[in-house]
Amino acid sequence: MEPVLELRDVSKHYPSHHAVNGVSLHLARGEFFSLLGPSGCGKTTTLRMVAGFEEPTSGEILLNGSRIQHLKPYQRNVSTVFQNYALFPHLTVRDNVEFGLRRRAGNHIDTRVRGVLDLVQLAGKESRRPAQLSGGERQRVALARSLVLEPDVLLLDEPLSALDPNLRKQVRAELKAIQRRVGITFLFVTHDQEEALSLSDRLGVMNQGRLEQVGTPEEIYLHPSTRFVASFLGAVNWIGGVGVRPEAMRIAREPSSNGHRSRPATIVQSTFLGNCVHVDTRLSDGEPAVVEISRLGETFAPGERVHLWWEPADELLFE
Amino acid sequence: MKPRTAGLALYAAGAFLFLHLPLLILSIFSFNASRFTVWEGFSLRWYSAVLHDSQLTESAVNSLIIAFVATLVSTILGTLCAYGLWKRNSRPLAGSLYLSLVTPEIVTGISLLAFYQWIFRFLRVQLGMHTVILAHVAFSIAYVVIVVIARLRTVDGSLEEAALDLGANEWQAFRFVTLPAILPGVIAAALLAFTVSFDDYVITSLVAGVDSETLPMVIYAIARRGVNPVVNAISALIVVGFGSLVLFSERLRTT
Amino acid sequence: MNRLRAWFLAPTWTVVVVLFLAPLAIILGYSFLTRGVYGGITSPWTAESYGRLVDPIYLAILWRSFWIAGASTALCLILGFPLALFISRAGPRKNFYLGLVMLPFWTSFLVRTYAWMFLLRDTGLLNTALQKLGWIHAPLPLLYNDGAVILGLVYGYLPFTVLPLYATLERLDRTLLEAAADLGAKPWATLARVTIPLSAPGIRAGAILVFIPCLGAYLTPDLLGGGKSVMIGNLIQNQFTTARDWPFGAAVSLALMAIVMLLLFAIARGEGESLL
Repeated sequence: MEPVLELRDVSKHYPSHHAVNGVSLHLARGEFFSLLGPSGCGKTTTLRMVAGFEEPTSGEILLNGSRIQHLKPYQRNVSTVFQNYALFPHLTVRDNVEFGLRRRAGNHIDTRVRGVLDLVQLAGKESRRPAQLSGGERQRVALARSLVLEPDVLLLDEPLSALDPNLRKQVRAELKAIQRRVGITFLFVTHDQEEALSLSDRLGVMNQGRLEQVGTPEEIYLHPSTRFVASFLGAVNWIGGVGVRPEAMRIAREPSSNGHRSRPATIVQSTFLGNCVHVDTRLSDGEPAVVEISRLGETFAPGERVHLWWEPADELLFE
Repeated sequence: MKPRTAGLALYAAGAFLFLHLPLLILSIFSFNASRFTVWEGFSLRWYSAVLHDSQLTESAVNSLIIAFVATLVSTILGTLCAYGLWKRNSRPLAGSLYLSLVTPEIVTGISLLAFYQWIFRFLRVQLGMHTVILAHVAFSIAYVVIVVIARLRTVDGSLEEAALDLGANEWQAFRFVTLPAILPGVIAAALLAFTVSFDDYVITSLVAGVDSETLPMVIYAIARRGVNPVVNAISALIVVGFGSLVLFSERLRTT
Repeated sequence: MNRLRAWFLAPTWTVVVVLFLAPLAIILGYSFLTRGVYGGITSPWTAESYGRLVDPIYLAILWRSFWIAGASTALCLILGFPLALFISRAGPRKNFYLGLVMLPFWTSFLVRTYAWMFLLRDTGLLNTALQKLGWIHAPLPLLYNDGAVILGLVYGYLPFTVLPLYATLERLDRTLLEAAADLGAKPWATLARVTIPLSAPGIRAGAILVFIPCLGAYLTPDLLGGGKSVMIGNLIQNQFTTARDWPFGAAVSLALMAIVMLLLFAIARGEGESLL
């Protein structure tokens, strides 16, 4: 099956630095794909190149097999949901959503607009202006405005970052449900690994302009290919050149056998976090290690000598 | 109220009086029945005189025509220019516009006069309404650009990107997204250009022809000859007219 | 996009070049020519007009222009500062007071200058009233002197100092004033040592906004000064009409432009903010 979107060795070089360096990836139709990385890693620049607001210095961008990197934004069948939503303040919700449709010759505008407003649960608010909407509602208008055009790929630039933290989880779930229903390919940019892990079918981790790894959430989290990916996706303990995640480790009073890896350590302190317990320990070489254990197990007191153990399969190894 | 604050308020009252009293007095005396500076009763004779003076009314009509045409041209040109500069600055153009603002009017006026005289060697044209209108366009464009650019700076740049993203081309993005957002500013700029053009004396007097006398030119001539209560009446009319326009413009500018 | 942008800028560029820069270039050229027999210009090319600028008569006019512009600017600053201070402390009524300051300015400049003629003439309101009250027996010569010109200019340009001063004062960090008081400064001392020095940007902006137009003033010295208060602007106008000495008029114009540009560069080096 031909990928709906393909980037071939795309780069964006500025006089002062390389924002994007040789990024290659492909998106399958109907996929929810996230680009994850810290600020400045180039993920937004990559998105803007797909949208058409920046032109790549080198490389090709193909939509359904055709090269689009030299096309203007309005010549591409992709649509963007902006971080600040960019709703037209002088237009009503309806006019905003209709905007793209009105630029094309077409019929059934009203039906389509009504349909997409139902989808995002904004029916009844068509005559409001953006200033009269809440943050969450504005985000849904931005989504509707792009979805109604049925783009080949929908580009989302950190759409949840402007929302209240408590709202984010709920909107996240709604977003995933909409994508499943509509079946449009989503390219989602974020710096929040929890978002990326929970939403994506596949994700790509970027760092300083380079794409470090692409894979499913499980692959990326359990089998990171670089140290950066490992530590960006979650906490990692580095023990003797090998990485082990806190939740993969256990604490025992006796040294472990059965082929487990084991290390002696001293308890520093236990912190109760509600659903689990974080135990700070110090290894014999003085390095710290954090272990995440269930609150239902044993408790440990500061100063106790214990043994940390884990399965070899849970180790993260790099060249 | 502390004594110091009361003192400041008193001073402010005095300052406001200083600013407004001369015009108020002028307006009051425009209703004076006598032609001397002694109050002799209420009368509308000077307003009647204004309406019946053909030189005054014709020059007023000239001023209106010139102001309308010049405002139309300079507002359109200035708005487009402001938009272009907002997208990406052009230092030569911005600098020249700034220069046109700080150049003393007398210098602009005589330079245009010299320019026209030089052109007239090649074209068989004379000084007239058209030379005045062109001159007014030249000096009002900078005002329009300033007002519209200030308004553009409050517009979110990502709005045009969104429009392009949704399928509008560059011209449509300007027309359907940016222009509506800046329209109050454009209208305010137009009103500003109108008042500046209508009131101009220095440049106009130098480049106007025999048949294109403007109201300020007539007022100037009368004022130089002596105190004429007719001028009081015209002044009052102008003050009220301009004042209302400006109030309206300010309301628009801050919408 | 660049093509569209070029179309947007081109018409204004045309107007600026044809109706502003070209005329200035012509004036520059004229300043190096000779006065024709019946006026106007003729060859040969010479710098003679510039040489005449240093004649004592013209230097006196230059000096008078500077002193009138300077006095007007100083008065505008001194009178405008307390007013700006008042408005900056006026709370919710700020915009109303600002409008009140600006309103007279946006009515006709000609009318406002004429208003002072009406008030100050020998047969004007002030003299008539004072005579009626018996305080004086002959009219005071209030009009047609430097003082009247300064009064007219101050009246005309006062808002130009109030606005920038207000803008600076409004942004002033009130906690600095509180800190001064906390350290023992009495109100006047706070004013002199904290408020005024911190208003320097506004003072600079206001000074430039008033001084430059005053330097090149024409209408005010013409109407309020009669023939007695000749400033550079009057001189230029005179050369292009009555005296018909265009080369010399052009030279004076360019000299005025040069002074204005020098002042602006000097200020710009100290600031860096652009109007456009």
